[in-house]
Amino acid sequence: MYLLKLILANSLRHKLRSALTVIGLLVAILAFGLLQTVVGAWYAGVDAASASRLITRNAISLVFPMPQTYRDKIRRVDGVAAVSYANWFGGVYQEPKNFFPKFAVDHESYFALYPEYVLKPEEFAAFKRERKAAVIGRKLAQEYGFKLGDIIPIKGDIYPGQWEFVVRAIYDGKDAKVDTSQMLFHWDYINETVRRALPRRANQVGIFLVQLKNPNDAAAVSLAIDKTFKNSLAETLSETEKAFQLGFVKQTEAIVIAIRIVSFVVIFIIMAVMANTMAMTARERIAEYATLKALGFGPGFVALLIFGESLAIGALGAGLGIAATFPVAAWFAAKIGTLFPIFEVSRDTLLMQIAAGLVVASVAALLPARRATAVKIVDGLRHVG
Amino acid sequence: MSGVPSDTAPAVSIRHVSKSYWRGGQRIAVLNDITFDIAAGEFLALMGPSGSGKTTLLNLIAGIDRPDSGSLIIAGVDVAQLSESGLAKWRAANVGFIFQFYNLMPVLTAFENVELPLLLTSLSRRERREHVETALSMVSLTDRQDHYPSELSGGQQQRVAIARAIITDPTLLVADEPTGDLDRQSAEDVLSLMQQLNRQLGKTIVMVTHDRRAADRADAIMHLEKGEFSEREMVQLSENVT
Ligand SMILES: Nc1ncnc2c1ncn2[C@@H]1O[C@H](COP(=O)(O)OP(=O)(O)O)[C@@H](O)[C@H]1O
Ligand SMILES: [Mg+2]
Repeated sequence: MYLLKLILANSLRHKLRSALTVIGLLVAILAFGLLQTVVGAWYAGVDAASASRLITRNAISLVFPMPQTYRDKIRRVDGVAAVSYANWFGGVYQEPKNFFPKFAVDHESYFALYPEYVLKPEEFAAFKRERKAAVIGRKLAQEYGFKLGDIIPIKGDIYPGQWEFVVRAIYDGKDAKVDTSQMLFHWDYINETVRRALPRRANQVGIFLVQLKNPNDAAAVSLAIDKTFKNSLAETLSETEKAFQLGFVKQTEAIVIAIRIVSFVVIFIIMAVMANTMAMTARERIAEYATLKALGFGPGFVALLIFGESLAIGALGAGLGIAATFPVAAWFAAKIGTLFPIFEVSRDTLLMQIAAGLVVASVAALLPARRATAVKIVDGLRHVG
Repeated sequence: MSGVPSDTAPAVSIRHVSKSYWRGGQRIAVLNDITFDIAAGEFLALMGPSGSGKTTLLNLIAGIDRPDSGSLIIAGVDVAQLSESGLAKWRAANVGFIFQFYNLMPVLTAFENVELPLLLTSLSRRERREHVETALSMVSLTDRQDHYPSELSGGQQQRVAIARAIITDPTLLVADEPTGDLDRQSAEDVLSLMQQLNRQLGKTIVMVTHDRRAADRADAIMHLEKGEFSEREMVQLSENVT
């Protein structure tokens, strides 16, 4: 009680200095949290990816397709429970900056593989009935204000032409990790149109989605699938959805690493600032610490005062920073829209923020506390006069 | 009762104590082979010009510094032999400190400042409160117990410091220029208080001062001469007026 009062009262002695330190910490912990959240958002696809699904693509590159007929052959591979397929559609809604993923999917089989997309049965039925129908995610609907029955025009690029899709269903995520920024429509509709204009490109599939009977068989089944198409025109490469997603992230890993580094640099800077503050504070109080020691208090008590003060200021600054992270992240998520499908402050980020606050406060107190405990009483007392 | 002792064992026994400091590669001898006693219950004033080593000597007696050589037996304990933490414990129990600039914790009230040394004891909260109230009433500051040092005059602050110095009931009080920062009247009050502690409670007091009038309140004056070490004989004074 008494000690606590001493620590808190000491923290408030230089109100301006403490306030500035608290604000600095707030900003640093907030920035750290946001940057970590960006990193998290980058890996969100990997985190959400299922271990019980495989993705089979053309072995040369993702941009090369495979014949639709592979589907039946894949289905016959041991360990495969179900197969669906999808094509990356590309395309632009109004402006290139309005980016969101658009896939042409097999409307009959696709959603059975993705139980994490939660659909209302009547909406789903309506989607299946209509060739130009689309299913869109909740986040996408909110961002652009799409409603059921709306027509979404898309300017094609991979699939040239002006396309129109009618929103017939809106899916929610089973949990917060699920990407609800996508637009999905009938593969058949696209394929039919392509067949008329570019017959050579008809009946081609971008990726096959393979549901495993047992997630532990992922490696064996991948090998078996790829072996099936060995020496055929389009050889395949199968991997778990997680590995597939990770492959995407890998391409941009340098940016992620840079963001990570910056986030830690921010912490390092505030650590230096706070260490300076604490050093200044402790230097001013050398005579007080010497007095306490003369009265019989041990060096541990003096160290406790300094660490306590640093931790009190640190807790306030970091606490405010953490508290600010949630609304700011929410605001940021709303601003960037579907660019990051998932932009949420994770538990790990929160824990890292707490840890960063603790480390900053402790490290800042380290040298001042060492010095204050080491100063001889008589030298400390001479500081007064 | 009289504070002037005669036949009791010495409270402080200083034998061949030397102390020097190093500054810029040069050794500055401050105390050279000092030997003298302070009787239990004595009120001793240490006088001497600035830089003569008064504070250094007081710090040795108070156990916050160590001699280069020699021994200091205080209340039967050779303090130079104690470990750092042993010395801290010994100080907490045996020495009360009075400083020129009071050295109160500015963030604590008068009450809390006086209570501070009791945190090192096993006294209960209630017992601490009783002790603090007694000490504050002895220095006539009961009505100021909730004031912070900045809300008190210099004289009042020094009285709070004196209450803090006696709160653990030590036998030895050390005061380094206790009136050096006070106006005449406050100085008189503080000196009267110290005299009272000496006479009524039998505290042994060592007070450094360069103020002759302050020194006259003591039972004896000892001069540390300018220069390194010279020591004068103890000067016994006649009973002085309060
Ligand atoms: N920690 C120290 N380091 C170096 N020199 C010191 C130190 N403390 C005291 N001195 C020197 O020792 C001498 C005596 O100092 P001090 O005991 O404070 O004298 P007084 O209290 O009589 O004025 C002075 O010359 C002072 O500069
Ligand atoms: Mg001095």
